Amino acid sequence: MIAQLKAQLTDMVGSAKDLNALEEARVTALGKKGRITDLMKTLGTLSPEERKTTGAELNTLKDEISALIEKQEQALKKQALDARLAHEKMDVTLSVRPQAKGTIHPISQTMDELVSIFGAMGFSVAEGPDIEDDWHNFTALNFPPGHPAREMHDTFYLPDDPKQTGDAAKKLLRTHTSTMQVRHMMANKPPYKIIVMGRTYRSDYDMTHTPMFHQIEGLVIDKDIHMGHLKGCLMDFARAYFGMDQLPVRFRPSFFPFTEPSAEMDIGCSRKDGGLKIGAGDDWLEILGCGMVHPNVLKNCGVDPDEYQGFAFGMGVERIAMLKYGIPDLRTFFDSDVRWLSHYGFDPLDRPNRATGSK
Amino acid sequence: MKFTLNWLKEHLDTAADLKTITDRLTALGLEVESVQDRAEAFAPFKAAKVVSAVQHPDADRLKVLMVDTGSETLQVVCGAPNARAGMMGIFAPAGSYIPGTNMVLKKGNIRGQESNGMMVSEREMGLSDEHEGIIDLPAGTKIGTPMADLYGLNDPVIDIALTPDRADCAGVRGIARDLAAAGLGTLKPINTAPVPGTFQSPVSVSIQSAKECPQFLGRYIKSVKNGASPEWLQQRLKAVGLRPISALVDITNFFSIGLCRPLHVFDADKLNGNIHVRLSKAGETFAALNDKSYTLEAGACVVCDDRGVLGLGGIVGGQTTGCQAETVNVFLECAYFDPYTIAKTGRQYDVVSDARYRFERGVDPAFTAIGIELATRMIIELCGGEASEVMSAGQAPDTSRSYDFDPEYTRKLGGVEISVSRQTEILHTLGFVVKDGKAFPPSWRGDILGKADLVEEIVRVHEFDHIPAVSVRSRETVPPSAETSLGVRMRKARGALAARGLYESVTWSFMPKHMAGFFGSNDNSLTLSNPISADLDQMRPSILPNLLMAAGRNADRGFGDTALFEVGPVFQSADVAGQKMMASGLRHGACHPRHWSGADVSRLADAMDVKADALTALEAAGAPAANLQVSRDVPAYYHPGRAGALKLGNVVLAYFGDIHPGVMEQMGLKGTASGFEVFLDHIPEAKKKGTAKPLLTLSPLQPISRDFAFIVDEQLETALLVRTAMGADKMIERIDIFDVYQGKGVDPGKKSVAINVVIQPTERTLTDADIEAMAQKIISAVAAKCAGVLRG
Repeated sequence: MIAQLKAQLTDMVGSAKDLNALEEARVTALGKKGRITDLMKTLGTLSPEERKTTGAELNTLKDEISALIEKQEQALKKQALDARLAHEKMDVTLSVRPQAKGTIHPISQTMDELVSIFGAMGFSVAEGPDIEDDWHNFTALNFPPGHPAREMHDTFYLPDDPKQTGDAAKKLLRTHTSTMQVRHMMANKPPYKIIVMGRTYRSDYDMTHTPMFHQIEGLVIDKDIHMGHLKGCLMDFARAYFGMDQLPVRFRPSFFPFTEPSAEMDIGCSRKDGGLKIGAGDDWLEILGCGMVHPNVLKNCGVDPDEYQGFAFGMGVERIAMLKYGIPDLRTFFDSDVRWLSHYGFDPLDRPNRATGSK
Repeated sequence: MKFTLNWLKEHLDTAADLKTITDRLTALGLEVESVQDRAEAFAPFKAAKVVSAVQHPDADRLKVLMVDTGSETLQVVCGAPNARAGMMGIFAPAGSYIPGTNMVLKKGNIRGQESNGMMVSEREMGLSDEHEGIIDLPAGTKIGTPMADLYGLNDPVIDIALTPDRADCAGVRGIARDLAAAGLGTLKPINTAPVPGTFQSPVSVSIQSAKECPQFLGRYIKSVKNGASPEWLQQRLKAVGLRPISALVDITNFFSIGLCRPLHVFDADKLNGNIHVRLSKAGETFAALNDKSYTLEAGACVVCDDRGVLGLGGIVGGQTTGCQAETVNVFLECAYFDPYTIAKTGRQYDVVSDARYRFERGVDPAFTAIGIELATRMIIELCGGEASEVMSAGQAPDTSRSYDFDPEYTRKLGGVEISVSRQTEILHTLGFVVKDGKAFPPSWRGDILGKADLVEEIVRVHEFDHIPAVSVRSRETVPPSAETSLGVRMRKARGALAARGLYESVTWSFMPKHMAGFFGSNDNSLTLSNPISADLDQMRPSILPNLLMAAGRNADRGFGDTALFEVGPVFQSADVAGQKMMASGLRHGACHPRHWSGADVSRLADAMDVKADALTALEAAGAPAANLQVSRDVPAYYHPGRAGALKLGNVVLAYFGDIHPGVMEQMGLKGTASGFEVFLDHIPEAKKKGTAKPLLTLSPLQPISRDFAFIVDEQLETALLVRTAMGADKMIERIDIFDVYQGKGVDPGKKSVAINVVIQPTERTLTDADIEAMAQKIISAVAAKCAGVLRG
């Protein structure tokens, strides 16, 4: 009888084609009113001897059927999942949901990098106004009134400030960041070791000039800073910035009213087939002006030139950005063409840091 | 400043080759911009003999020549009318570069006749405009003689970029002196012996403007014969880009470039009376040698005769008294003009001349008296004649001065050891007198004004390359942060905005004044007096107009959906405090292109996008973003209904919103745009010291979330509802608005606002009754403060 039941239940479980049918089979076999349960209930009517053997047989049957149901359930679940997976198919070649990411302008990128390089040498940043006056932009920097060197700056002027008199009344847009040498020295006591970056303005507009551009200014003043430091600092800078340990560098005597001696720094390059390549070559490229701060400038700023001396430099930010990143036209920096910004701009999450590198 | 190698060697006795000289010039601070070795460029061209010249069989105007080049005889087809058998000319072989036509010559076949090169004209060689025929050399010229030899072209032209301080090197002699100091030869002496005058000048000179013209020397030279100057002089002038005119004029140019001694020669027979130097009166006019007429304002330093103004002193001479070929008697001017006066006047009348170039830098005042003697001698040598005594007015300014010369200071400032004897020698060769610890600069070095200048002279001659480089290191092993607090804000705001999908732009600080007016300022104190163009004449009161214009330009190029920002200054006044550092941005058009995943992706950017931008920038820059209040008082260029201000107390930290449609129209921009302006320097400095963050305590109790929907007046600002609900109980941790609805089921004039309230139990798990009580607190508070009714 039990063998017959086993055959019936096995058949029933085996023929369950889905989980509902299997559940039905489970209830039929093992439910409270199931066939095995029913038989279990009859055990009390049997003799102790029969009860023992039949009980054992029924328990075995129960275990067997349970295992069978379990196995069938696994099989049916897998079957159902396979069917679902077969149905749940998407075109994974579709484009992802757009997430906009902008860029950092090459000027900002370059200025951040300049901070990281000069910061490593112990410089700190100083800031100052774009609208200046004649005194800070020229007179204090040893440009005598009427001196032709003033004219070389193609200055933009604003109406005179009625609250001031003399040089201080003559408002202009700073033609160089050197104005901050003056402001910084007048507001602080030596020694000084600063860089200043920002907008500068000259009335000139062609392939290589824009009426607004950015400069970085450096100023190092202490009791024993000499031209050797000027050379070392700027050589170290150029080699770090362009990432070339052996970048040739040369210093040529030049003229700026606010430095004496004055120099310009050239870096090695080669020009072949209309292209410019930074590095050892047969040609030189001017990248900055520098010099020992003129004693008159120190005096004008309240610093004793017999006690303190040092160097200053000034450099065009766009120019070195163009050289480093191969950007051909200065004017495009200010056009806000989204194609240009996207192409030449930088990842906002990858900011210059000398320690972490950029590779 | 251009000169030739031979011209240099006229003043410098040197064995150095061209490369050594040019390298040294740059090292001295006389930066060589170019070296044009013309002998090389003209090497292919040589004298050749036309053996025969016959009519071209198939062309009326052409001849077929047989040309003997010395090494072979070649057939050449030639169209020049003067081509004839037996003449000597210049032959250009096939393959040579013809400078005048900028072409490489090819072997050709002209109407059936082979042509193996060409006989050239001066124009084809780029030497002159002469193109009447081919070059016709003197009969005795030897076949095969290089053209460079025949034309004096084997003299390289050197062009240096002269810094404004080096007036002395605006003359070849000054350059030679620098090279001599650098050890590249010796400066040749010049014969400065005076030329005695044989008679009293019939023309006298006087000065009424001694400040502008301290000294004026003049000399009458009679019976000169003006004409073409000698070939060597012409070649020299041509080499440096000057057109030979006549012997007298060429001599003045020769002195100007060779000795930095500008001169003027008047045709004395055209002068009316005597020479006076004075300041101009308003309205005086004269016709200048540059073929322009000038009407003068009062105060220019002018050279006059008894009748009127002849020229601008030291800048440009007058036409009426200029020398001509037939000039017989001349009056030679050799004067010293004040540099600033020359610079100012030259600029005022926009005259560029070789004389101005030199006088405004400052020529050697002491050389005036020597210069007139040298010039007289040369005029007499080349043009004959007889000189008067020198007429003199005023005197050369005294340039004598001295500075402490401390060889130790050279090391201290220059950072290089140079022996005392070498230092002294350098100064000596440059013309300084060194005596008793003092250095006396020579009269031609007006730029030497202190002891630092002495260091520069010594070190540049010694060469900057020889200064040992010393690295500048941080005092600390790990340097402290270099950035300022504003710099940190700028950098962080920039990164945050770019990460939100905006592109960083950099636009001009100036903009069109009429547009600045739409953005709150057309303050005249911020209007440039001399803008570079009429549309860049006002300092910007806001970055938005520049970004709007940029968005317009991008749209015109077919890129209508843009998101731009800029971190930069705006100007509220011309004072230092009037400059504000902003992080401003603009979104124009759709947020993204259309996308399969849904229409919301490509929705138009609106005030809420830029509000998020502003909040992101503020938060990045360290503002307490959670404590900000939103108000509606915004500048007039924003949409009055769709814009807001983010404030901390009374301080505005940012504006955001749609740009006013009227402004959009005025700026010619289509569609809508939304912008924001964050005042980076209005953000208060963080009060907290140190870097520790507040301790995080994590509750073991699960938060509970409940939804409420309130019917409120449609004008109610939801921020009030949120604030009210938040205030209902301390355990309310956050509230999110997840629906705002108007329409069916909600009465007109009302809106339904649905919020999700997250409650964080603090001490024990809340019972249903606790939660119900809290819900009632929220409902009553909203009812009391917002007149809100729980939606049924």
